[in-house]
Amino acid sequence: MALEIIESCVNCWACVPLCPNKAIYEAKPHFLIDADKCTECTGDFAEAQCVAVCPIEGAILDELGVAMNPPGSLTGISPEHWAEAQAEIAAR
Amino acid sequence: MDLPVITPEAPKAGGCSAGSCGSTADQMGDMSAEIRAKVQDHPCYSEDAHHYFARMHVAVAPTCNIQCHYCNRKYDCANESRPGVVSEVLTPSQAVKKTLAVAATIPQMTVLGIAGPGDPLANPERTFETFRELALKAPDIKLCVSTNGLALPANVDELAKYNIEHVTITINCVDPDVGAKIYPWIFWQNRRVYGREAAAILIEQQQKGLEMLVARGILVKVNSVLIPGVNDEHLKEVSKIVKAKGAFLHNVMPLIAEAEHGTFYGLMCQRSPTGEELKQLQDACEGDMNMMRHCRQCRADAVGLLGEDRGDEFTMEKVEAMEIDYEAAMAVRAELRARVTAELEAKRQKAHAAKSAPAVQVIQFQPRAAKPAGRPVLMAVAAKGGLVAIHFGHAREFLIYEASAAGAKFVGHRKADAYCSGDETCGEGESVLGRTIRALQGCEVVLCARIGIEPWGNLEAAGIQPNGEHAMEPIEEAVMAVWNEMLVAGKLDARSLAKSA
Repeated sequence: MALEIIESCVNCWACVPLCPNKAIYEAKPHFLIDADKCTECTGDFAEAQCVAVCPIEGAILDELGVAMNPPGSLTGISPEHWAEAQAEIAAR
Repeated sequence: MDLPVITPEAPKAGGCSAGSCGSTADQMGDMSAEIRAKVQDHPCYSEDAHHYFARMHVAVAPTCNIQCHYCNRKYDCANESRPGVVSEVLTPSQAVKKTLAVAATIPQMTVLGIAGPGDPLANPERTFETFRELALKAPDIKLCVSTNGLALPANVDELAKYNIEHVTITINCVDPDVGAKIYPWIFWQNRRVYGREAAAILIEQQQKGLEMLVARGILVKVNSVLIPGVNDEHLKEVSKIVKAKGAFLHNVMPLIAEAEHGTFYGLMCQRSPTGEELKQLQDACEGDMNMMRHCRQCRADAVGLLGEDRGDEFTMEKVEAMEIDYEAAMAVRAELRARVTAELEAKRQKAHAAKSAPAVQVIQFQPRAAKPAGRPVLMAVAAKGGLVAIHFGHAREFLIYEASAAGAKFVGHRKADAYCSGDETCGEGESVLGRTIRALQGCEVVLCARIGIEPWGNLEAAGIQPNGEHAMEPIEEAVMAVWNEMLVAGKLDARSLAKSA
């Protein structure tokens, strides 16, 4: 049971100090999670901390490869409503 | 008999220090001696000081605990100048080394700030270790911090420990419904909170933090990002509230939202305010609050005077190679600070004396009925070191002054691309010139050291009078000389006001 950081990571450091297992480390070209140390925060927190703070949709996957913060989850705008929201904001 | 009163805004007894001239520097007259002492060599808190004193930011705080729609967390870019952008994140010990190297090389550097690239208080260990070391090793440097405020109440006591005299809080709203359009989420108590609920928590913490800082005698500046259609009207209320709670200065900054920055607002085509919209809002808030007009929206690793960045001279590689004798540097720094402070004081006295002079001269030209004596005029100045000193085509920014019977008042600056930077780029000159002219919207005069024939014609066609007759003169004298000429020529009477409106 472990999470994985993928190439859309922007190396913003937000997750590193939050990990209760110190499983996240700086690497090139992007940060990585040590799968042996990661517990997905079970027993420590209700939400995996890296997932709860990551600002990039899709940058952290679960062990099945599913995005923990799927498209639209952080902006609050689902992909099918993107154009509509853009039109509204552009008109300001 | 009644004498013609020609300066309705004229300084009362006590001259400009009575507080009606408007700019931060002039309003220093209203401050207690204690506050004046705290801001007189801080370039971000005193408009006067920023011509003489420099600041630097050390990027020790990468982590952030909120998401703002105007920020892209992929911050590593050397080519952009805006908050939150840095080239290298430093460890606290590297930051201390860099600070000492800069302080020894640039003795005007009086202030060390931590402003990101994330939020300093979301990285408390790194931020406070830096402050702790610097308080010991460089007691002559003022420390300050700029935060989104979410973690402020939890850290106020720690901040007070290091003798931090200045804190900036970015407050864009006091209404969670407005906040929900700016902040999609925050990280709070180990979970992600979204939308209105997130904004409500953030606002509560910001306001609580502001109150706690004021209670401890720490000077608070409030930064607000002006986002058209989101918080433009609302910022007037923000200004009133933060002033009532004891914030000392309000800095309303224009939103930066270019698509290529990859921010949410940039990608969604949220527009930025025009220079005129920004000024109107600053003017509207000014009745209630001391407004900062000279902010250059610098990077989280900026080094030098506001508006210039010498960061390239102090990469960690170069800093590691420097040998610094800080004891010796401190003596040089103290001497320079004393000299500049005296110079500033003399300049302030002289400026006040000069400002009352035109009012007296004006009397002679004014027929009795002509009241008020000439409308205010906005002028753009290509300036350096307090003088009209830059060629129009080389100016990267223009300082904007409002000239009126009450004197020349600094009201902001407008960015421009230097369109004439050499042969290879001159092909694009025209479109850049067009953009510059648009940026100067609302100004009637542009003062510069020199100007070419082509831009002269284009400016005139756009209703902006170029003026190169005051090269190397002090800005305020030049601005008032031009205004007085316009007044004498009858360009500032009520009829011309109606025409220009």
